Formats: sequence, structure tokens, C-alpha cells
Amino acid sequence: MGSYILKRLISAIPVLLGITIIVFLIMSLIPGDPATAILGSYATPENVEKLNRDLGLDKPIVQRYFIWLGNMLTGDFGRSFSLNRPVIDEVLERFNATLILAGTSFVLCAMFGILAGVVSAARQYGWADKAITFTVLIGISVPSFFLGMMMILLFAVNLRWLPVSGMYAIYGGGDLPDLISHLIMPALALAAVATGVIARLSRSAMLEVLRQDFIRTARAKGVPEHRVIMGHALRAALVSIIPVLGIQAGFVLSGAVYIEIVFQWPGVGRMLVDAILKRDLLLVQGGVVCVAACYVLFNIAVDVAQSLLDPRIKT
Amino acid sequence: MLISWTRKGLLAAAGAFLVASGSLAPLVAQTPPGVLIVGQIAEPKSLDPAAVTAVNDFRILVNVYEGLTRYKSGTLEVEPALATGWTISEDGTEYTFTLRDGVTFHDGTPFNAAAVKFNFDRMLDESHPYHDTGPFPLSFFFSAVQSTDLVDEMTVKFTLNAPYAPFLSNLAYPTGLIVSPAAVAANGMEFGRNPVGTGPFQFGEWRANEAVVIERNDGYWGDAAATQAVVFRPITDSNTRVAEMLAGGIDLMVEVPPTSLGQFSGDDFSIAEQAGPHVWFLILNAKEGPFADKRVRQAANYAINKEAIVNDVLEGTATVAAGPTPPAFAWAYNESLDPYPYDPEKARSLISEAGVEGAELTFYVTEGGSGMLDPVPMGTAIQADLEAVGFDVKIETYEWNTFLGEVNPGLEGKADMAEMAWMTNDPDTLPYLALRSAAWPEDGGFNSGYYANEAVDKLLEAARTATDQDERARLYREMQAIVQDDAPWVFVANWKQNAVTNDRVENFGLEPSFLLNLQGVAKN
Repeated sequence: MGSYILKRLISAIPVLLGITIIVFLIMSLIPGDPATAILGSYATPENVEKLNRDLGLDKPIVQRYFIWLGNMLTGDFGRSFSLNRPVIDEVLERFNATLILAGTSFVLCAMFGILAGVVSAARQYGWADKAITFTVLIGISVPSFFLGMMMILLFAVNLRWLPVSGMYAIYGGGDLPDLISHLIMPALALAAVATGVIARLSRSAMLEVLRQDFIRTARAKGVPEHRVIMGHALRAALVSIIPVLGIQAGFVLSGAVYIEIVFQWPGVGRMLVDAILKRDLLLVQGGVVCVAACYVLFNIAVDVAQSLLDPRIKT
Repeated sequence: MLISWTRKGLLAAAGAFLVASGSLAPLVAQTPPGVLIVGQIAEPKSLDPAAVTAVNDFRILVNVYEGLTRYKSGTLEVEPALATGWTISEDGTEYTFTLRDGVTFHDGTPFNAAAVKFNFDRMLDESHPYHDTGPFPLSFFFSAVQSTDLVDEMTVKFTLNAPYAPFLSNLAYPTGLIVSPAAVAANGMEFGRNPVGTGPFQFGEWRANEAVVIERNDGYWGDAAATQAVVFRPITDSNTRVAEMLAGGIDLMVEVPPTSLGQFSGDDFSIAEQAGPHVWFLILNAKEGPFADKRVRQAANYAINKEAIVNDVLEGTATVAAGPTPPAFAWAYNESLDPYPYDPEKARSLISEAGVEGAELTFYVTEGGSGMLDPVPMGTAIQADLEAVGFDVKIETYEWNTFLGEVNPGLEGKADMAEMAWMTNDPDTLPYLALRSAAWPEDGGFNSGYYANEAVDKLLEAARTATDQDERARLYREMQAIVQDDAPWVFVANWKQNAVTNDRVENFGLEPSFLLNLQGVAKN
């Protein structure tokens, strides 16, 4: 198992390198340059050239890539010109916020999704199944940013139960209850779609397992129904549910972009959107490397978990 | 069994939620008195006047720093600020400023001639030890400055390489704000996050992506600020900004979307509006194609229903533009010019006179961008109006930076018309950079439609070098009349900036400069 994890970690390196090259290429291929973005209406060719020189963007792209790569390997991600601060400071701060949001969302969608799927499957065609299937369909169909806006209108503007946006209160905040009160709406809005997807797949995985012989045997042996469901069936179904969780984790991370904009959450998704619009290459690189590394690591964790659950999957 | 378990779970969850929501209620209580919370449109890039270009950042800066001059309240005319007065040499190339006594920076160091010299040398002299704390994207505002010299402790002299009349108003622009030399020396590249100026507020803290806090400067030389602190919150999404305003999370909101203004019509809120130095226009390609003919350019001005655009598309947040200079430059504005009326009949007859009926036009539209208002709906409204008089208009839409990369190098061979908008601080800036024949793109200007008129060139040169304001005003008025008739652009709209305050805020008003002066604003 140890050597399997190590092998997977090593194979992640070329993936990450490839991503940095692609991002670098895309950012240099899209029209418009940082100097034009900074200068806006004042972007005369002369001003643009001078500013590009000041920003060190007058060197050829290959040379710039290797300078960046060399610096990055020594831990220097460069300086964001659009935020005028070291990329690494910004990315870590933002990534932390995204992890809190996406992590909470992920836990919520995994918990509620699997639970809903199990209940649905155990009571196939019963009222609980119908209610869950209906709710799940709504969850999947409503775009998360719209759901977020509606939640803001109801819970923040009309009922005033929860703050509209941000991560902490401007005054008197900063503690855990404050964070939670800011986290509830964005985390739920972000979790909605993934919960639906997980619930549907869990339901079908469970139904498939419940039809199998070992379940009938367990029931015949007189195992109580809740143990049949939660113990025997769910454990077997998890093998096909967990890879879905891995994929949904990616969706939650990318969905965070919209939710972070709606709720003004200071996360890495919003940062990336701003950085791309401002052609802030180094910030985009730093952010993408961070997100990609996280995604790759999570997928390795999913594979490992799967092979632990199902010995047939070779490590 | 499973069902009953789930029901219990649901009940427990609902109960927990109710308890939690009850205990959360105090957390969303009102914001404290004496602290004004401003909803901004973006996180500032920096709080160093040298490094920033966005109005969003200027709104914070002008409360922390001051320049040698400033805009007189409610106008775009300059008045003394950190300088108490100045003299201009006969030939218009030497400006000598007497500085205000007894002013100190927030770090306790004195404001004097040496500090002024430090600021301009830092920006303009590439060998200055702190030039690398830039970059200085707007340094060309002061490219006319040849040298800055100390006359005595409290007198400083600027020598320009040629007479340059906009110099005084450029000093009032945020790029001319004076920073503390000691603080730049102490913080280097990080000065932008540890700003020190002389203004009515001093820097408190900057929580990245959450808030910038500035606090009352008790040692301010002028009237003390009316609030104890101001908090600037970046809220990029305009719907979220509106929701925060409605929920009481912010006290003051800038750039309210036109369609949301109706939500603030009650007694709990007041809306401020102010026309600014902004003009939204269409650049017409005067070098080739149908618009090479002046009659067709005029026809486009007649064909487009500008009233409908400002009232229906922009919901009254703009007024119809008459010419290239916005009326906010009251002293230089030609009052006698009326906008081209909406007259499709006249447009059709001009088009048939020129023999270009049914001509195909390529129209560059942007998706967004600084000062561009609502460019896609505006573009489609314009397209419809031009098609109504017989043109065949093909729209090409670009993201803002891509758009600038297409338009700034010139429209030749690519397009017949393009949307554009400018916000400036002096009536010189826009026409000088975008209407002179020496400002065609290949010469480094913004005359992307290749307009050329010798009389306009002469007037603009003369207005730039005249130091007498009345004389400058006369020259600009004459220029506006000629340009309006030549119609190198379709003059569409002048934006009215807006802001909403809640009923706890007093004495708030917007300035034509689009800056946000919060010194006198109180919050209960």
C-alpha cells in the first residue's frame, strides 16, 4: 500500500507540470496582455511597452516559463502584479477559505447524499423515496448561484437570520460561531447539486446490492433490517459510491467559483476569475497549481479508500 | 423503523436549526455608529497612489492622502490643498508651489518640499532608489515634468519640458497624491499595504479580500473627519452588494445597477446621483468604408435613438451626450451645442446622398469594461437603429481586454465602428489622445478611427499650452463645435454616477470627479 501511494504521488508530478505548461500557454495565447488590463483606456502602445518592461514581460515566453518554474521549485511563486503582493501569500489565504467552504460542502453532500440514497433504496417507491427523488431532482436542476441568491433574499434580507456575504463579520466577529453563520448558506448552496447526484447514484448502487444473494442470506439469517441496510448493503455499495465522491469533490471545488462570487467568499475560485480577467499569469499559475494538486491528491485518496474497501481492486 | 428513525432525525435537525438561528440573530445586528461601511466593487490592488489605476482604489486613497491641489467640491476646477498657492512662469513651463505649514504625515514625519520632490522623483526618475517600488502605470500624467527642485523648506518648483496646462488638474488626480517618504523607505514594495499620507483618515488595517479600515486622523490640519472609521468592503457581485445594502450590512453602496435603483426608493435609503467627466461614444472608421464620408457619420448620429438608450437601457442613469466633452467640465463645456436629434428620415436622406444605402457595417462590441455601462444591450439597440435606416450591421463581441487589444491599434481593415468610453480629469485628455491627427494608433495615440482635422489639431495644441483658463475654455468650446459637426464619433451618453446610503448616513454627496470624499460624512 505504501509503495502504491508513493507511485501515485510520483505520477502526479508530470500531471502538475503539464498543467502549468498548459496554463502558461493558454494565458499567453488569449488576446490582451496585463499592461493593457492595468492601463485600460490609457493603454497606448508606448505605455504598454514600458509597463511590460517594468513587469518583466518583455522576455520570450519559454524563457519566462523556465524562470517561473525555477523560482517555483525554490518556493518562490513570484509577485502578483494585480494585487501587488506575493502570489504564495494570496493563494494560501484564499485556498484556506476555499477548503473551509468546499470541505464543509463536501462533507454535507456526502453525508446527505448517501443517507438520502440509502433511505430511498430501502423504501423504494415509498413516500420517502418519492419525496427524496423529487427534492433531489430540484437540487440537481437549480443552478447553485441562483439557489444562493434566493437563499440570500430569504434568510439574509427578509428574515435577517444570517449575514449576506463574506467569511467573517466586519466587527466583533472572527470566532467559530461567526464563521459558521457565514458558512451555512454558501455551503448548502454549493452542496445542493452534488448531494443530488450522490443521492441518485447511491440509490441505484444500493438497489443493485439489495437484489444480491448475500442480502437475501443475511435477511434469512434474521439480521435486523437496519443492519442489513447500513452494514451489509451500504458497505458493498460504497465501492461504487466512493469514486463518485471523488468526481463530485472536483465539481464542488469548481462550483465554488460561482458560490464564492455570489457570497463574496474570499476563496481561490473568485481569485482565479479576477486573475484571468486581469491577465495576472503568476497568480493564475499559483492558484491552478494549488487547486490541481489538491484535486490530484484527493483522487489518490479516493483510489486508496476504494482499494481498502474492495480487495479485488489491485493496488 | 428506518422511517421513524429518519423522522426523529429530521425533527432533531429542525430543532437544532431553530436554536442555532435564534442564537445567530445577534450576529447580524446593526453596524456600529460612527463607523461607515462602504460597499466597494472590488478588492483594491494597492493603497499606493503610484501603483493604482482604478476608480475603485482611488475612492479609498483620496481619504488617506492629499495632493498639492484638489478639485473644488462639486466641480472639476482645482483649488489649493497641500499647496497654499502657486505661481506660473510667463512661458508656462515653471510652476512654483508654496506648501502648507504644519502638516505632518500619519507617521509623524513632516510634510515639506523635500517630501514633494521625493514623490515625483520616485515616480519619474528611473535611477531613484525607490523607483523599483512601482510600477507607475499612470506616470505619463507627469511626463511633462523635467525636474522638481527645492526652492526652500516649504517651496517647491516644477520645471516642465513644454507648457502643459492640465498640470494643475493632474496634480489633483490620485496619481498626484503625496505619500510619506519615510514610510516608503521603511516598507519598500509593501508600502501599498501600509500606506501613510496626510489625509483626514489614516490607515487602520487591511484584511485581504474582506475589508480595508481607515480611522480618523486626530492630528489632521483641517476639519476632523465626522466618523471614527470607514470600512471599505469589496463586494464584486452587484446583486450581492444590493442584498448587503438591503440587509443593513453596508451603509453606503457605489455603482448601483440601474435595474436595482427601484429597490431603494423608500424612506430608509437615499440615492445620490452626479454626472461626471465621462463620455460613451462610438468610434467611426473615417479612413475607409461608408464612414469615410462625413455625411454618413452624421447620418449615424441622427439614426441612433440616444434618448431611448439612456432612458430604457440605462434606466435614466446617464444623459444624452452632445459632443466629445462631457458637461461635467462646466468651465470648458460648449453650452450652445445640442445633441444630434433622433431623426431617421434625415439619416436616410444623408445616406442616399452619399450613395451607401444598405452598406454592411462591422461593429465591435465589448462585454464589459471600465465605464462601458451596459455595452451589449446598448450595442444591440444601436444595431437595431442603424438597421432601421438601411444598414446591415454585423456585431462582433469581445471580452474587455481582448476588445482593447483589437480597438486601440486602430479599426483599419477590421471594423467600421466600435464602442468606447472614457473618464478623464481634464478636458484636454480625451480629445488630445483620441481626436488629433498626430494621435493615430501608429503614432501611439487612441485615434482608432483616424479622424483628422487641422483646425482641431491647432485648437488642441493651443489649449494645452495656454495657461489662462478662460482662453483654454474658448479654445475647447470651438473644438467641440467643429468635432460635433465632423462627427468622428457617435456621441451617445454621459454617465451619472450613483450611490445609495441608508438613513443612518448624513452629509453624503458625490463629486463630479467620481472620487469619494468621506471627510464630512457622518453615521449615527
